[in-house]
Amino acid sequence: MNSEILNELRACIEREQLVVLATIVAGAGVGNQLLIWPAEQTLGDLGTPRLNQRAALFAEKAFQSFEAKRRTIDHQGEQLEIFFDVHPPPEKLVVIGAVHVAIHLIEFARALGLRTIVIDPRTAFATPERFAAADQLIAEWPAAALARIPIHESTYFVTLSHDFKIDLPALEVALASPARYIGALGSTRTHERRVAELLELGLSAEQIDRIRAPVGLDLGGRRAEEIALAIAAQIVAARHGREL
Amino acid sequence: MRDVLDQIDRWQSEGKSVAVATVVKVWGSAPRPLGSKMVVSSDGEMAGSVSGGCVEGAVAEEARSVLASGEPRLVHFGVSDDRAWSVGLSCGGEIEVFIEALPTG
Repeated sequence: MNSEILNELRACIEREQLVVLATIVAGAGVGNQLLIWPAEQTLGDLGTPRLNQRAALFAEKAFQSFEAKRRTIDHQGEQLEIFFDVHPPPEKLVVIGAVHVAIHLIEFARALGLRTIVIDPRTAFATPERFAAADQLIAEWPAAALARIPIHESTYFVTLSHDFKIDLPALEVALASPARYIGALGSTRTHERRVAELLELGLSAEQIDRIRAPVGLDLGGRRAEEIALAIAAQIVAARHGREL
Repeated sequence: MRDVLDQIDRWQSEGKSVAVATVVKVWGSAPRPLGSKMVVSSDGEMAGSVSGGCVEGAVAEEARSVLASGEPRLVHFGVSDDRAWSVGLSCGGEIEVFIEALPTG
């Protein structure tokens, strides 16, 4: 690996930016590397512009699945083995609303290896005692808090506050982001009102369609921990590209 | 990479050279997924994992020769491989590990 690639890879990891590193592991030019960002932006060289271009196309899949892949590519009459290593941003769960369901959801999310962030301006709810398990607890309005938190392709976003004043501004931010999952607690009827409010705020129907509501898999449970489990299960499905 | 980055920084700041080993192919019930990484310092220290403990010692040995030569290397570990038997890839899986030297500082 050369220092240009290493420095840029390091910078991407620090910025929480998704990037794929393609490396020739067998064949001519073994050790050659190309960093690839979405939209076929690249840095480095596998050997020829044509090969770089083909690698950038192959990488598109990895941007969706987040799974590393190895490919055999015929290049100038020779077989090359190229390994596509995905460096995804760290997975995290952003919860809006420091309610009872959130306490359980944080526990499940931690077990799943997600970094957890809880946001609620209501200081009666957002107390360190209730959320000792959260990595970050922010007792502020979502618009202010979210301005400091990068929301990227490995971010899972859930609104639970039951209060449009808190949930809607948060959903506005989430819907404008590449978040992997956006869920909102509330009945089908509540969601109809929510959709109307979001349309009013200028969001498109297509954007609003990304919201999973009623949130969580239909497990039938009504207790806080059961709802939290239903949401966590839906997050696992989203993590693996399944829409359940 | 994220999980071994701090370790790389620490070794490099101590003036050591560092190699990174990545799992680039798995067959059967390999214990660690594609892309799993371990790093090895020129003093033979290790961090991270490519197999859950089965072949790390052998990878560290290969890594030191990669650091000495500067040439990357693709190494196969599997049940048909005598050395893999001896270092115990007991899960019955096979893995291929790509080892490369990192640039200094």
